[in-house]
Amino acid sequence: MTKPIILIPHAPGTNRDGDAARAIELAGGEARILHLNQLREHRSAFREAQMMLLPGGFSYGDALGAGRRWALDLELLFYDELREFVESGRRVLGICNGFQVLVKAGLLPAWKESNGRRSVTLTHNESGHFECRWIHLAVNPLCRADYLQVLNDLIFCPIAHGEGNLQVRDEETLKRLESEGLVAFRYVGRQGQGAGGTYPVNPNGSVADIAGLCNAAGNVLGLMPHPENHIVAVQNPLGRQDQLGLTLFRAMIWEG
Amino acid sequence: MPIRIEVYDVKQRTNATLQRNAQALGLAGVRAIRSQTLYFLSADPGAESLERLCAFLLADPVTEEARWYDLAQSQSSDLPPNTVIIEVAYRPGVTDVAARELERGMVEMGLPSLQAATGVRYEVEGEVGREEVQRLARQLLCNETVQRYTLGPIPPLFSREAAADATVAQVPLDGLSDEDLQRLSRERLLSLDLAEMQAIREHFATVGRAPTDVELETLAQTWSEHCVHKTFRAEIAFTMKNAAGDTIHQETVDGLLNHYLRRATEQIAPAWLRSAFVDNAGIIAFDDEYDLAFKVETHNHPSALEPFGGANTGVGGVVRDIIGVSARPIATTDVLCFGPQELHPGEVPEGVLHPRRIAAGVVAGIGDYGNKLGIPTVNGAIVYDRGYIGNPLVYCGCVGLLPRGSHRSEPQAGDLIVALGGRTGRDGLHGATFSSAELTHETIEQAGSAVQIGDPITEKGLIELIEAARDEQLYHAITDCGAGGFSSAVGEMGKELGVDVDLAQVPLKYPGLRPWEIWLSEAQERMVIALPGENLARLQALAALWEVELCVLGRLTGEGQLLVRYEGEIVAEMPMDFLHEGLPRRQMTALWQEPAVPRTPRLEPISLNEALLALLADPNVASKEDVIRRYDHEVRGGTLVRPLVGPEMDGPSDAAMLKPLRTWGDPRAFTLSNGLNPWYGRRDPYRMAISAIDEAIRNAVAVGADPNQIAILDNFCWGNPTYPDRLGSLVRACQGCYDGAMAYRTPFISGKDSLYNEFNGKPIPGTLLISAIGIVPDFEKRLTMNLKQPGNLLYLLGETKAELGCSLLYRLLGDVGGEVPGLPEGALARYCLLHQAIQQGWLVAAHDLSEGGLALSLAEMALAGRLGASAQLPATDLTSTEQLFSESNGRLLLEVLPEHAEALEAHFAGEPLFRLGTVTEEPMIRIAQGDKSLIEVTVGAAVRAWKREGTS
Repeated sequence: MTKPIILIPHAPGTNRDGDAARAIELAGGEARILHLNQLREHRSAFREAQMMLLPGGFSYGDALGAGRRWALDLELLFYDELREFVESGRRVLGICNGFQVLVKAGLLPAWKESNGRRSVTLTHNESGHFECRWIHLAVNPLCRADYLQVLNDLIFCPIAHGEGNLQVRDEETLKRLESEGLVAFRYVGRQGQGAGGTYPVNPNGSVADIAGLCNAAGNVLGLMPHPENHIVAVQNPLGRQDQLGLTLFRAMIWEG
Repeated sequence: MPIRIEVYDVKQRTNATLQRNAQALGLAGVRAIRSQTLYFLSADPGAESLERLCAFLLADPVTEEARWYDLAQSQSSDLPPNTVIIEVAYRPGVTDVAARELERGMVEMGLPSLQAATGVRYEVEGEVGREEVQRLARQLLCNETVQRYTLGPIPPLFSREAAADATVAQVPLDGLSDEDLQRLSRERLLSLDLAEMQAIREHFATVGRAPTDVELETLAQTWSEHCVHKTFRAEIAFTMKNAAGDTIHQETVDGLLNHYLRRATEQIAPAWLRSAFVDNAGIIAFDDEYDLAFKVETHNHPSALEPFGGANTGVGGVVRDIIGVSARPIATTDVLCFGPQELHPGEVPEGVLHPRRIAAGVVAGIGDYGNKLGIPTVNGAIVYDRGYIGNPLVYCGCVGLLPRGSHRSEPQAGDLIVALGGRTGRDGLHGATFSSAELTHETIEQAGSAVQIGDPITEKGLIELIEAARDEQLYHAITDCGAGGFSSAVGEMGKELGVDVDLAQVPLKYPGLRPWEIWLSEAQERMVIALPGENLARLQALAALWEVELCVLGRLTGEGQLLVRYEGEIVAEMPMDFLHEGLPRRQMTALWQEPAVPRTPRLEPISLNEALLALLADPNVASKEDVIRRYDHEVRGGTLVRPLVGPEMDGPSDAAMLKPLRTWGDPRAFTLSNGLNPWYGRRDPYRMAISAIDEAIRNAVAVGADPNQIAILDNFCWGNPTYPDRLGSLVRACQGCYDGAMAYRTPFISGKDSLYNEFNGKPIPGTLLISAIGIVPDFEKRLTMNLKQPGNLLYLLGETKAELGCSLLYRLLGDVGGEVPGLPEGALARYCLLHQAIQQGWLVAAHDLSEGGLALSLAEMALAGRLGASAQLPATDLTSTEQLFSESNGRLLLEVLPEHAEALEAHFAGEPLFRLGTVTEEPMIRIAQGDKSLIEVTVGAAVRAWKREGTS
């Protein structure tokens, strides 16, 4: 059987591409890392891929706000390819900086107000600084990314970001995210209990403990934490064998 | 006219951290500080463009709003009452990545190509007088080394089209008196002594002309302490006296580097050693395919002036040392020495930043660079002492991975000399010579240009480009541009062959640089390679892919001359022989007089419980979690033993263990650890060196490194070595390094010295950092230090002696007399036995004993594991205080599974191994001797003390 090809675009300052590629390979996919300058020359790479993964890092050094410059690249340089990719139903996963890019490019949660403005953003952590720590993630059972429902355990993995605080314009926005099943992941306690906004279970102050979003079709998914840094048990700081982030990659590549 | 764009937070939130810091400065009247981001465009692109720009790039539609106006029009702003405005912007030429990305983003959006600049506007609300506003600006909001500020709107400064200034000056030396020569050296910041100036005068007298400024500056930097390590190569007349002043020993030392450090390495010479003291980093074997490179640098003076930029470029610099041996950087370390954080603002000397501000800036600078490069920062230490108030220390280390045999360093005549990376500005001019000058109020003023802000994204491009070029074997040799810039990198690369370069080829950041400035500039993020001409096209294609700027500077000639041109005109011409061999060897005098032994402190009445809690809460021991979590220690997915361990992931790990990406097919991993103790050095620098080596090694062994596969690095930060007492203590430390390396059979593979660390005539405490890299045969056999399971047995391995001199306990009590810990007997053999026991799987935890001794080490294991421990001290001749708090080297605490106790005890037969007690479910740390209870502290109290909960 041929392995599904997962395209991993690389912008200046992307740095968790290697980690993501290893996760893809352990999950049974074939990772294809291409720098934006290579993608501009080989646009067919979008058509050849079964899935796309926007990895973590500091694209353009986070100058002008995390993910904004890369989002601009996507909107201006790869608009057609990206739209075709998403509309075809193929899956797109954004991790950390990749999630920031998807939100800032308007691909997550993928609706805008009538004036074209976004209502969801990722901004500076409540602590005001970068933070690296392990957290627990739970899949929202109501989320539209139904392939995630095979994850019947929590995911335990690190965060490593300075701008992961998910904020919304108003209560109405939050209600829509919840009611339309666009919340994919939440930060939870060790036993899966709600964080209730408390630090450090919710490490960055995100509204409603939201760690990840998906679009209405469920095929575009983004999250701040790094499941790609917990793909083998030896990486677990608590010495446990379960709660691997690898399950997310397996589900995205193989489920439904 | 230029446009000003203000981006503000829609919720108008205040910045609590800034407000706290303002109050720490004694500005109690500050009620609130709000900030806005400012952008400036050199011309008006039109309202529609500005609208798009703000919506797409500058203002977040959920959290921010933007407004703009033409700077030609005056703006009235309605400020709340009692509010002052302070605006801050970078000085011209300081790296401003946001401005650059704004310019590039505008072009990508099809908007007019304009120049951009940035700034920050602070609205300060409260009762603050004019003088207080100035203090707030200078001491908190703006660092005038790299920034400027105004009260009210700041005028933008844009960079201009770059063209150089071709002026080359002749500097006549003929007929100058010795005094004139020394004055010239001082005034030009050459940091050359009289003998060196005379050697230069004689050389040019023979040639029959005056040197150009390019030549003089080239010599000054090539002969600088930073580049050529004059002190470490000098012949030293060394005298040792006892405390009474009688001479007890005299000898001539034939160079500290050769006689102590290199000699140890040559005598040990293990088979796994690949390269030591040759390149900018040492190299050892890792597995069957890969090698590891390791280097630690210091960036002390820049960090004193501009903590963020100094530490930022410190990381950038050591990462380039690793790229410079063709390795991929995979981990960084940082060891920091600051003044006390609670120092009263009135005690901070003029021209010095408060230790809190230095610490905050340094930590942010390290995090910014390492995190953005995607390199995990995994090991370090922080030391606080009054000795570092005027002169903090910032040690930055980096490890790299390279396929065996892939690093080429054989430049060929005819090769092109190619510069890669960032543009050249006046950055860090005189950085090499500046680091050889003592800090005073005046040098701080003069040396403003010595510091720059880093640009990690440009460096990231270099990493990718060099790795690709290495794998395609495009270049013959590579070196980084560090201190001395091109003059050092090109001068070193062409040492044997000679070079012919033209500085007019160099891309500049801004106009007005003279040739000597281009040649000497220490602009960051640049590398130099020797490239066969036929590979140029391929290299250009790779550079375009990774968006790295490239220029051909010239070529290697094979004629042995340094030939530097500017637009074809020769501006420097010297034989490489003179440049590299013309430096007269220094003759130096060193005196070590053993200090009178201070009193030992009165111990009664101290409560041992309170003593333990006080030690846990000492800033030098207490949790560093707040700093550690600002660094990404997870990226690359190979951090297997982290800086923080245990069920709550907050216990103090002995060492880090890493498994490099791409090597998972093999069970081997490696450790990073360090040892330093400046307090021992004040009394006995020899024992400080021994102790630092033992500490670095026992930390590595504690997590699972093989004691027979550990290499170490030396980093000396000392005062002015031209004073015999400073040099005397340095000689003693080097003697300790030799004896320590030989005792543990561990080679030095690289090192660095940073001398002249003095402020207003007072030296820092001589500070030796030993960094260790160790190979782990099987990462599945790794250990962490937290207690694991009630019922397990606790053992003390190693011999406790009455060694409380300069110990943590005595420092807290105020008198530091008594023996300083020395070399433990048979430690290497004991570590080897321990390593075998770890491989057998008999242990579940191990923790080294260092500061605070047995009591502190046991408390750390308990608090990290959130479990209790019950220990019974063995009956010995020592007092209970000595048994609890002595800092004797060579000791570890072990947690052992009961079923393996018998095997373990047989394994260590004849060794000092004592069964201390057990791990308990009840969260209580108990230490007793016979029937007498000595310490009884709850784990909760230990955790709170160690996390300094309830203190700021």
